[in-house]
Amino acid sequence: MSLAALRHLDRRWIFLGVALLVIVPLLFSFHIAPVLPSNRSRGFYDAIEKLPEGSVVLLSGDYDPGTSAENYPMHLAAVRQLMRRNMRIIALALYPAGPPLTDQVLRIAGEEYHKTQGVDYVNLGYKVGNELVMSQMGQSIPNTFPVDNRGVAVNTIPVMKGIQNFQQIRLIVDISAGYPGTKEWVQQVVSRYHVPMVAGVTAVSAPEYYPYLQAGQLHGLLGGMAGAAEYEVLVGAPGLATRGMDAQSLAHVFIAFMIVLGNLAFIAGPKKGNGR
Amino acid sequence: MSLHPSHDIGIWIAALLTLGIFSFLYRDNPVYKFCEHLFVGISAGYYVVLTMISSVYPNLFVPLFSSFAKDYHWLLVVPLILGIMLFSRFFPRGDWLSRWPIAFVLGVYPALRITGFGQGDFVEQIHGTILPLWVPGSIGTSIGNILLVVGLVCTLIFFFFSKEHKGALGGTARLGIYFLMVSFGASYGYTVMARVSLLIGRVMFLLDDWLGALRF
Repeated sequence: MSLAALRHLDRRWIFLGVALLVIVPLLFSFHIAPVLPSNRSRGFYDAIEKLPEGSVVLLSGDYDPGTSAENYPMHLAAVRQLMRRNMRIIALALYPAGPPLTDQVLRIAGEEYHKTQGVDYVNLGYKVGNELVMSQMGQSIPNTFPVDNRGVAVNTIPVMKGIQNFQQIRLIVDISAGYPGTKEWVQQVVSRYHVPMVAGVTAVSAPEYYPYLQAGQLHGLLGGMAGAAEYEVLVGAPGLATRGMDAQSLAHVFIAFMIVLGNLAFIAGPKKGNGR
Repeated sequence: MSLHPSHDIGIWIAALLTLGIFSFLYRDNPVYKFCEHLFVGISAGYYVVLTMISSVYPNLFVPLFSSFAKDYHWLLVVPLILGIMLFSRFFPRGDWLSRWPIAFVLGVYPALRITGFGQGDFVEQIHGTILPLWVPGSIGTSIGNILLVVGLVCTLIFFFFSKEHKGALGGTARLGIYFLMVSFGASYGYTVMARVSLLIGRVMFLLDDWLGALRF
Protein backbone atom coordinates (compact mmCIF):
# COMPACT_ATOMS: atom_id res chain seq x y z
CA MET A 1 0.00 0.00 0.00
CA SER A 2 1.43 3.39 -1.01
CA LEU A 3 1.55 6.41 1.29
CA ALA A 4 -1.01 8.19 -0.86
CA ALA A 5 -3.47 5.31 -0.40
CA LEU A 6 -3.44 6.02 3.35
CA ARG A 7 -5.56 9.08 2.58
CA HIS A 8 -8.48 6.70 2.14
CA LEU A 9 -7.78 4.60 5.25
CA ASP A 10 -10.99 3.79 7.10
CA ARG A 11 -10.85 5.71 10.39
CA ARG A 12 -12.17 2.65 12.23
CA TRP A 13 -8.74 1.02 11.87
CA ILE A 14 -7.31 3.93 13.89
CA PHE A 15 -10.04 3.49 16.54
CA LEU A 16 -9.15 -0.21 16.72
CA GLY A 17 -5.44 0.60 17.10
CA VAL A 18 -6.08 3.05 19.93
CA ALA A 19 -8.43 0.57 21.65
CA LEU A 20 -5.83 -2.21 21.54
CA LEU A 21 -3.07 0.08 22.81
CA VAL A 22 -5.29 1.04 25.76
CA ILE A 23 -6.61 -2.44 26.59
CA VAL A 24 -3.38 -4.48 26.34
CA PRO A 25 -1.25 -2.43 28.83
CA LEU A 26 -4.14 -2.44 31.31
CA LEU A 27 -4.66 -6.20 31.01
CA PHE A 28 -0.99 -7.13 31.27
CA SER A 29 0.11 -4.21 33.50
CA PHE A 30 3.65 -3.43 32.36
CA HIS A 31 5.51 -0.23 33.18
CA ILE A 32 7.13 1.89 30.48
CA ALA A 33 8.49 4.74 32.58
CA PRO A 34 8.17 5.96 36.18
CA VAL A 35 5.84 8.87 36.93
CA LEU A 36 7.91 11.91 37.92
CA PRO A 37 6.09 14.82 39.63
CA SER A 38 6.35 18.22 37.93
CA ASN A 39 6.66 21.57 39.69
CA ARG A 40 2.96 22.21 39.03
CA SER A 41 1.92 19.04 40.87
CA ARG A 42 4.45 19.67 43.62
CA GLY A 43 2.98 23.15 44.09
CA PHE A 44 -0.46 21.58 44.62
CA TYR A 45 0.96 19.13 47.13
CA ASP A 46 3.08 21.69 48.98
CA ALA A 47 0.19 24.16 49.30
CA ILE A 48 -1.66 21.60 51.43
CA GLU A 49 1.45 20.42 53.31
CA LYS A 50 2.31 23.98 54.36
CA LEU A 51 -1.06 24.56 56.05
CA PRO A 52 -1.23 24.16 59.82
CA GLU A 53 -3.11 21.06 60.96
CA GLY A 54 -6.80 21.67 61.52
CA SER A 55 -7.06 24.44 58.93
CA VAL A 56 -10.37 24.88 57.13
CA VAL A 57 -10.16 23.87 53.48
CA LEU A 58 -12.90 24.40 50.91
CA LEU A 59 -13.03 21.48 48.48
CA SER A 60 -15.09 22.10 45.37
CA GLY A 61 -15.75 19.04 43.18
CA ASP A 62 -16.89 20.75 40.00
CA TYR A 63 -17.16 17.76 37.68
CA ASP A 64 -19.46 14.88 36.84
CA PRO A 65 -19.05 11.25 35.68
CA GLY A 66 -18.27 12.47 32.15
CA THR A 67 -14.75 13.46 33.23
CA SER A 68 -14.34 11.24 36.27
CA ALA A 69 -11.47 9.34 34.60
CA GLU A 70 -9.37 12.49 34.96
CA ASN A 71 -10.93 14.29 37.93
CA TYR A 72 -11.84 11.45 40.28
CA PRO A 73 -8.25 10.20 40.92
CA MET A 74 -7.03 13.72 41.79
CA HIS A 75 -10.14 14.34 43.92
CA LEU A 76 -9.56 11.16 45.93
CA ALA A 77 -5.82 11.84 46.31
CA ALA A 78 -6.53 15.41 47.49
CA VAL A 79 -9.00 14.21 50.13
CA ARG A 80 -6.47 11.61 51.27
CA GLN A 81 -3.80 14.28 51.74
CA LEU A 82 -6.23 16.65 53.48
CA MET A 83 -7.37 13.95 55.89
CA ARG A 84 -3.84 12.75 56.56
CA ARG A 85 -3.05 16.35 57.55
CA ASN A 86 -6.23 16.51 59.72
CA MET A 87 -7.79 19.42 57.85
CA ARG A 88 -11.41 20.47 58.33
CA ILE A 89 -12.95 19.80 54.93
CA ILE A 90 -15.94 21.74 53.63
CA ALA A 91 -16.90 20.07 50.36
CA LEU A 92 -19.39 21.25 47.78
CA ALA A 93 -20.16 20.87 44.09
CA LEU A 94 -21.20 23.29 41.36
CA TYR A 95 -22.00 20.46 38.92
CA PRO A 96 -25.39 18.77 39.41
CA ALA A 97 -23.93 15.26 39.29
CA GLY A 98 -20.98 16.18 41.51
CA PRO A 99 -22.26 15.43 45.06
CA PRO A 100 -22.34 11.61 44.74
CA LEU A 101 -18.72 11.62 43.56
CA THR A 102 -17.74 13.90 46.45
CA ASP A 103 -19.59 11.60 48.85
CA GLN A 104 -17.67 8.64 47.48
CA VAL A 105 -14.18 10.13 47.85
CA LEU A 106 -15.00 11.44 51.35
CA ARG A 107 -16.31 8.04 52.40
CA ILE A 108 -13.32 6.09 51.01
CA ALA A 109 -10.67 8.39 52.50
CA GLY A 110 -12.73 8.89 55.67
CA GLU A 111 -12.67 5.14 56.36
CA GLU A 112 -8.91 5.01 55.69
CA TYR A 113 -8.13 7.86 58.09
CA HIS A 114 -10.96 7.19 60.58
CA LYS A 115 -12.71 10.52 60.00
CA THR A 116 -16.32 11.22 60.90
CA GLN A 117 -18.83 12.98 58.70
CA GLY A 118 -19.98 16.21 60.30
CA VAL A 119 -17.05 16.31 62.72
CA ASP A 120 -14.07 16.21 60.35
CA TYR A 121 -15.75 16.91 57.04
CA VAL A 122 -19.05 17.93 55.51
CA ASN A 123 -20.50 17.67 52.02
CA LEU A 124 -22.67 20.72 51.43
CA GLY A 125 -23.85 19.30 48.13
CA TYR A 126 -24.86 21.08 44.93
CA LYS A 127 -26.23 24.56 44.58
CA VAL A 128 -27.52 26.04 41.33
CA GLY A 129 -26.22 29.49 40.33
CA ASN A 130 -22.59 29.13 39.22
CA GLU A 131 -20.74 32.40 39.99
CA LEU A 132 -23.69 33.65 42.03
CA VAL A 133 -23.10 30.81 44.50
CA MET A 134 -19.46 31.91 44.92
CA SER A 135 -20.46 35.53 45.30
CA GLN A 136 -23.14 34.63 47.86
CA MET A 137 -20.64 32.49 49.81
CA GLY A 138 -18.48 35.59 50.19
CA GLN A 139 -21.28 37.07 52.30
CA SER A 140 -22.39 33.95 54.14
CA ILE A 141 -21.65 30.29 53.59
CA PRO A 142 -24.39 29.09 56.01
CA ASN A 143 -26.99 31.24 54.24
CA THR A 144 -25.90 29.93 50.85
CA PHE A 145 -25.94 26.33 52.05
CA PRO A 146 -28.54 26.24 54.86
CA VAL A 147 -28.42 22.42 54.90
CA ASP A 148 -25.80 19.87 53.89
CA ASN A 149 -26.18 17.11 51.33
CA ARG A 150 -28.07 14.94 53.87
CA GLY A 151 -30.50 17.74 54.76
CA VAL A 152 -28.89 18.47 58.14
CA ALA A 153 -28.91 22.17 59.13
CA VAL A 154 -25.33 23.46 58.77
CA ASN A 155 -25.49 25.50 61.99
CA THR A 156 -25.77 22.20 63.89
CA ILE A 157 -22.79 20.54 62.16
CA PRO A 158 -19.61 20.65 64.33
CA VAL A 159 -17.14 21.06 61.45
CA MET A 160 -19.03 24.19 60.33
CA LYS A 161 -18.66 25.89 63.70
CA GLY A 162 -17.27 29.41 63.29
CA ILE A 163 -17.44 29.29 59.48
CA GLN A 164 -19.11 32.40 58.13
CA ASN A 165 -17.47 33.25 54.82
CA PHE A 166 -14.14 33.06 52.98
CA GLN A 167 -12.28 34.77 55.84
CA GLN A 168 -12.14 31.44 57.67
CA ILE A 169 -11.02 29.45 54.60
CA ARG A 170 -7.25 28.86 54.44
CA LEU A 171 -7.19 27.16 51.02
CA ILE A 172 -9.52 26.40 48.14
CA VAL A 173 -8.99 23.07 46.39
CA ASP A 174 -10.94 22.99 43.15
CA ILE A 175 -11.33 19.86 41.06
CA SER A 176 -12.73 21.22 37.84
CA ALA A 177 -14.07 19.97 34.50
CA GLY A 178 -14.87 23.37 32.98
CA TYR A 179 -17.66 25.85 33.65
CA PRO A 180 -18.29 26.66 36.45
CA GLY A 181 -14.91 25.80 37.86
CA THR A 182 -11.37 27.02 38.29
CA LYS A 183 -11.68 30.14 36.14
CA GLU A 184 -14.76 31.31 38.05
CA TRP A 185 -13.22 30.57 41.46
CA VAL A 186 -10.18 32.65 40.50
CA GLN A 187 -12.26 35.50 39.12
CA GLN A 188 -14.91 35.64 41.83
CA VAL A 189 -13.07 34.53 44.97
CA VAL A 190 -9.26 34.48 44.67
CA SER A 191 -9.00 37.98 43.23
CA ARG A 192 -11.61 39.45 45.61
CA TYR A 193 -10.99 37.67 48.88
CA HIS A 194 -7.33 36.68 48.30
CA VAL A 195 -7.84 33.09 49.39
CA PRO A 196 -4.97 30.82 48.20
CA MET A 197 -6.10 28.21 45.70
CA VAL A 198 -4.91 25.06 43.94
CA ALA A 199 -6.72 23.33 41.07
CA GLY A 200 -6.95 19.93 39.46
CA VAL A 201 -8.44 20.23 35.99
CA THR A 202 -9.17 18.19 32.87
CA ALA A 203 -6.37 18.10 30.32
CA VAL A 204 -8.46 19.79 27.65
CA SER A 205 -8.92 22.85 29.87
CA ALA A 206 -5.44 22.91 31.45
CA PRO A 207 -3.77 25.34 28.98
CA GLU A 208 -6.39 27.94 29.91
CA TYR A 209 -5.18 27.94 33.53
CA TYR A 210 -1.42 28.19 33.01
CA PRO A 211 -1.56 32.01 33.04
CA TYR A 212 -3.18 31.84 36.50
CA LEU A 213 -0.37 29.58 37.68
CA GLN A 214 2.29 31.85 36.20
CA ALA A 215 0.72 34.93 37.81
CA GLY A 216 0.57 33.26 41.22
CA GLN A 217 -3.23 33.17 41.34
CA LEU A 218 -2.97 29.38 41.55
CA HIS A 219 -0.35 27.76 43.78
CA GLY A 220 -0.50 24.41 42.00
CA LEU A 221 -2.14 22.82 38.98
CA LEU A 222 -2.88 19.20 38.09
CA GLY A 223 -3.54 18.79 34.37
CA GLY A 224 -5.52 15.71 33.36
CA MET A 225 -4.69 12.11 34.13
CA ALA A 226 -0.95 12.78 33.94
CA GLY A 227 -1.23 15.48 36.61
CA ALA A 228 -3.38 13.18 38.73
CA ALA A 229 -0.79 10.40 38.44
CA GLU A 230 2.02 12.76 39.49
CA TYR A 231 -0.03 13.87 42.48
CA GLU A 232 -0.89 10.28 43.46
CA VAL A 233 2.85 9.57 43.57
CA LEU A 234 3.44 12.61 45.79
CA VAL A 235 0.62 11.63 48.15
CA GLY A 236 2.07 8.11 48.27
CA ALA A 237 -1.10 6.42 47.10
CA PRO A 238 -0.75 5.30 43.45
CA GLY A 239 -4.24 4.70 42.11
CA LEU A 240 -6.36 4.80 38.98
CA ALA A 241 -4.39 7.57 37.26
CA THR A 242 -0.97 5.95 37.84
CA ARG A 243 -2.31 2.64 36.51
CA GLY A 244 -3.54 4.32 33.33
CA MET A 245 -0.31 6.10 32.43
CA ASP A 246 1.21 3.25 30.36
CA ALA A 247 -1.92 2.99 28.22
CA GLN A 248 -1.88 6.78 27.92
CA SER A 249 1.76 6.85 26.78
CA LEU A 250 1.28 4.13 24.15
CA ALA A 251 -1.87 5.77 22.78
CA HIS A 252 -0.02 9.10 22.53
CA VAL A 253 2.87 7.52 20.61
CA PHE A 254 0.39 5.88 18.23
CA ILE A 255 -1.55 9.12 17.65
CA ALA A 256 1.68 11.08 17.07
CA PHE A 257 2.78 8.39 14.60
CA MET A 258 -0.56 8.59 12.78
CA ILE A 259 -0.31 12.40 12.59
CA VAL A 260 3.14 12.14 10.96
CA LEU A 261 1.89 9.38 8.64
CA GLY A 262 -1.19 11.42 7.75
CA ASN A 263 0.94 14.42 6.82
CA LEU A 264 3.28 12.27 4.71
CA ALA A 265 0.25 10.79 2.93
CA PHE A 266 -1.04 14.30 2.29
CA ILE A 267 2.32 15.41 0.84
CA ALA A 268 2.59 12.26 -1.31
CA GLY A 269 -0.99 12.59 -2.56
CA PRO A 270 -2.20 14.21 -5.79
CA LYS A 271 -1.76 17.98 -6.00
CA LYS A 272 -4.79 20.19 -6.58
CA GLY A 273 -5.03 23.17 -8.95
CA ASN A 274 -2.18 25.37 -10.30
CA GLY A 275 0.55 22.91 -9.42
CA ARG A 276 -0.35 22.85 -5.73
CA MET B 1 -6.03 -13.72 32.96
CA SER B 2 -9.27 -14.81 34.62
CA LEU B 3 -12.70 -13.19 34.53
CA HIS B 4 -14.78 -12.38 37.59
CA PRO B 5 -17.89 -10.65 36.22
CA SER B 6 -19.80 -8.35 38.52
CA HIS B 7 -23.01 -9.52 40.22
CA ASP B 8 -24.25 -5.92 40.52
CA ILE B 9 -27.16 -5.19 38.14
CA GLY B 10 -26.22 -1.49 38.14
CA ILE B 11 -22.73 -2.28 36.86
CA TRP B 12 -24.22 -4.45 34.10
CA ILE B 13 -26.60 -1.68 33.01
CA ALA B 14 -23.75 0.87 33.00
CA ALA B 15 -21.46 -1.50 31.05
CA LEU B 16 -24.07 -2.30 28.40
CA LEU B 17 -24.91 1.41 28.00
CA THR B 18 -21.18 2.19 27.62
CA LEU B 19 -20.88 -0.45 24.89
CA GLY B 20 -24.03 0.94 23.30
CA ILE B 21 -22.49 4.40 23.07
CA PHE B 22 -19.17 2.98 21.82
CA SER B 23 -21.05 1.22 19.00
CA PHE B 24 -21.26 4.63 17.30
CA LEU B 25 -17.54 4.31 16.51
CA TYR B 26 -18.48 1.57 14.03
CA ARG B 27 -21.51 3.38 12.62
CA ASP B 28 -24.68 5.14 13.73
CA ASN B 29 -27.26 2.59 14.90
CA PRO B 30 -30.53 2.25 16.89
CA VAL B 31 -28.75 0.99 20.03
CA TYR B 32 -26.64 4.15 20.14
CA LYS B 33 -29.74 6.30 19.61
CA PHE B 34 -31.52 4.53 22.46
CA CYS B 35 -28.58 5.08 24.87
CA GLU B 36 -28.26 8.73 23.81
CA HIS B 37 -31.95 9.50 24.31
CA LEU B 38 -32.02 7.66 27.62
CA PHE B 39 -29.11 9.77 28.84
CA VAL B 40 -30.72 13.07 27.76
CA GLY B 41 -34.04 12.18 29.40
CA ILE B 42 -32.58 11.00 32.68
CA SER B 43 -30.20 13.98 32.87
CA ALA B 44 -33.06 16.46 32.42
CA GLY B 45 -35.19 14.77 35.09
CA TYR B 46 -32.26 14.50 37.49
CA TYR B 47 -31.37 18.17 37.05
CA VAL B 48 -34.94 19.39 37.70
CA VAL B 49 -35.38 17.28 40.84
CA LEU B 50 -31.92 18.12 42.17
CA THR B 51 -32.46 21.86 41.68
CA MET B 52 -35.76 21.67 43.56
CA ILE B 53 -34.28 19.66 46.43
CA SER B 54 -30.93 21.40 46.77
CA SER B 55 -31.76 25.02 45.93
CA VAL B 56 -35.42 25.99 45.59
CA TYR B 57 -36.65 24.17 48.70
CA PRO B 58 -33.90 25.03 51.28
CA ASN B 59 -33.02 28.49 49.93
CA LEU B 60 -36.50 29.77 49.03
CA PHE B 61 -39.41 27.77 50.43
CA VAL B 62 -38.02 27.00 53.90
CA PRO B 63 -36.99 30.56 54.86
CA LEU B 64 -40.10 32.02 53.22
CA PHE B 65 -42.67 29.79 54.85
CA SER B 66 -41.02 28.94 58.16
CA SER B 67 -39.43 32.27 59.19
CA PHE B 68 -41.07 34.93 57.05
CA ALA B 69 -40.37 37.88 59.36
CA LYS B 70 -36.82 36.91 60.34
CA ASP B 71 -33.70 38.45 58.74
CA TYR B 72 -35.65 40.11 55.91
CA HIS B 73 -36.77 36.71 54.59
CA TRP B 74 -39.93 38.38 53.32
CA LEU B 75 -37.74 39.86 50.57
CA LEU B 76 -37.64 36.38 49.05
CA VAL B 77 -41.17 37.07 47.78
CA VAL B 78 -39.49 39.08 44.99
CA PRO B 79 -37.48 36.16 43.49
CA LEU B 80 -40.50 33.89 44.03
CA ILE B 81 -42.71 36.20 41.96
CA LEU B 82 -40.00 36.68 39.33
CA GLY B 83 -39.59 32.90 39.12
CA ILE B 84 -43.34 32.39 38.65
CA MET B 85 -43.34 35.09 35.96
CA LEU B 86 -40.87 32.98 33.94
CA PHE B 87 -43.61 30.37 33.49
CA SER B 88 -45.73 32.93 31.63
CA ARG B 89 -43.85 31.84 28.49
CA PHE B 90 -46.26 28.91 28.34
CA PHE B 91 -49.17 31.32 27.77
CA PRO B 92 -48.93 33.36 24.53
CA ARG B 93 -51.13 36.19 25.82
CA GLY B 94 -48.97 36.85 28.86
CA ASP B 95 -45.53 35.76 27.73
CA TRP B 96 -44.27 39.35 27.92
CA LEU B 97 -44.20 38.93 31.70
CA SER B 98 -41.25 36.55 31.39
CA ARG B 99 -39.11 39.39 30.00
CA TRP B 100 -38.84 41.03 33.42
CA PRO B 101 -37.06 38.16 35.20
CA ILE B 102 -34.94 37.55 32.10
CA ALA B 103 -33.97 41.24 32.10
CA PHE B 104 -33.03 40.92 35.76
CA VAL B 105 -30.76 37.94 35.02
CA LEU B 106 -29.27 39.70 31.99
CA GLY B 107 -28.51 42.73 34.13
CA VAL B 108 -26.92 40.96 37.08
CA TYR B 109 -25.00 38.17 35.37
CA PRO B 110 -22.87 40.18 32.90
CA ALA B 111 -22.04 42.68 35.65
CA LEU B 112 -20.85 39.89 37.91
CA ARG B 113 -18.78 38.31 35.16
CA ILE B 114 -17.29 41.58 33.93
CA THR B 115 -16.11 42.60 37.41
CA GLY B 116 -14.72 39.10 37.94
CA PHE B 117 -12.88 39.23 34.63
CA GLY B 118 -11.54 42.72 35.36
CA GLN B 119 -10.12 41.71 38.71
CA GLY B 120 -9.14 38.11 38.02
CA ASP B 121 -7.87 38.30 34.47
CA PHE B 122 -7.24 41.80 33.20
CA VAL B 123 -5.45 43.41 36.17
CA GLU B 124 -3.82 40.29 37.61
CA GLN B 125 -2.55 39.04 34.25
CA ILE B 126 -0.94 42.39 33.42
CA HIS B 127 0.58 42.34 36.88
CA GLY B 128 1.83 38.80 36.24
CA THR B 129 3.59 39.92 33.07
CA ILE B 130 5.69 42.61 34.76
CA LEU B 131 8.75 40.41 35.21
CA PRO B 132 12.52 40.89 35.48
CA LEU B 133 14.05 39.90 32.15
CA TRP B 134 17.31 38.95 33.81
CA VAL B 135 17.28 36.90 36.99
CA PRO B 136 20.84 36.55 38.36
CA GLY B 137 21.79 32.91 38.93
CA SER B 138 18.85 31.45 37.06
CA ILE B 139 19.33 31.36 33.32
CA GLY B 140 16.23 29.15 32.86
CA THR B 141 13.94 31.63 34.61
CA SER B 142 15.47 34.51 32.64
CA ILE B 143 14.84 32.75 29.31
CA GLY B 144 11.30 31.88 30.41
CA ASN B 145 10.53 35.47 31.40
CA ILE B 146 11.95 36.87 28.14
CA LEU B 147 9.94 34.38 26.08
CA LEU B 148 6.78 35.26 28.00
CA VAL B 149 7.15 39.01 27.52
CA VAL B 150 8.22 38.75 23.87
CA GLY B 151 5.41 36.27 23.16
CA LEU B 152 2.83 38.53 24.80
CA VAL B 153 3.93 41.65 22.91
CA CYS B 154 4.19 39.88 19.53
CA THR B 155 0.79 38.20 19.93
CA LEU B 156 -0.86 41.46 20.93
CA ILE B 157 0.65 43.13 17.88
CA PHE B 158 -0.75 40.35 15.66
CA PHE B 159 -4.22 41.41 16.86
CA PHE B 160 -3.49 45.11 16.19
CA PHE B 161 -5.41 45.84 12.99
CA SER B 162 -5.26 49.65 12.82
CA LYS B 163 -2.11 49.58 10.68
CA GLU B 164 -1.13 47.28 7.83
CA HIS B 165 1.20 44.48 8.92
CA LYS B 166 4.31 45.54 6.98
CA GLY B 167 7.94 46.13 7.90
CA ALA B 168 8.82 45.81 11.60
CA LEU B 169 5.15 45.58 12.54
CA GLY B 170 4.64 42.74 10.05
CA GLY B 171 7.71 40.86 11.30
CA THR B 172 6.59 41.16 14.90
CA ALA B 173 3.07 40.04 13.99
CA ARG B 174 4.52 37.03 12.13
CA LEU B 175 6.49 36.10 15.25
CA GLY B 176 3.19 36.43 17.14
CA ILE B 177 1.66 33.87 14.77
CA TYR B 178 4.43 31.40 15.64
CA PHE B 179 3.75 31.85 19.36
CA LEU B 180 0.04 31.28 18.68
CA MET B 181 0.83 28.12 16.68
CA VAL B 182 2.87 26.73 19.58
CA SER B 183 -0.02 27.52 21.91
CA PHE B 184 -2.52 25.77 19.59
CA GLY B 185 -0.22 22.74 19.39
CA ALA B 186 0.00 22.52 23.18
CA SER B 187 -3.78 22.82 23.46
CA TYR B 188 -4.27 20.08 20.86
CA GLY B 189 -1.82 17.81 22.71
CA TYR B 190 -3.74 18.33 25.95
CA THR B 191 -7.02 17.64 24.11
CA VAL B 192 -5.67 14.32 22.83
CA MET B 193 -4.55 13.45 26.36
CA ALA B 194 -8.01 14.30 27.72
CA ARG B 195 -9.84 12.13 25.19
CA VAL B 196 -7.49 9.17 25.67
CA SER B 197 -7.88 9.54 29.47
CA LEU B 198 -11.66 9.31 29.15
CA LEU B 199 -11.29 6.17 27.04
CA ILE B 200 -8.92 4.67 29.63
CA GLY B 201 -11.45 5.43 32.36
CA ARG B 202 -14.22 3.61 30.53
CA VAL B 203 -11.99 0.66 29.59
CA MET B 204 -10.90 0.37 33.24
CA PHE B 205 -14.55 0.31 34.25
CA LEU B 206 -15.37 -2.40 31.70
CA LEU B 207 -12.33 -4.56 32.45
CA ASP B 208 -12.25 -4.10 36.21
CA ASP B 209 -15.66 -3.23 37.63
CA TRP B 210 -17.67 -5.24 35.06
CA LEU B 211 -15.48 -8.17 34.02
CA GLY B 212 -13.06 -8.29 36.95
CA ALA B 213 -10.19 -8.95 34.57
CA LEU B 214 -7.59 -6.48 35.83
CA ARG B 215 -4.84 -7.54 38.25
CA PHE B 216 -4.45 -4.32 40.25
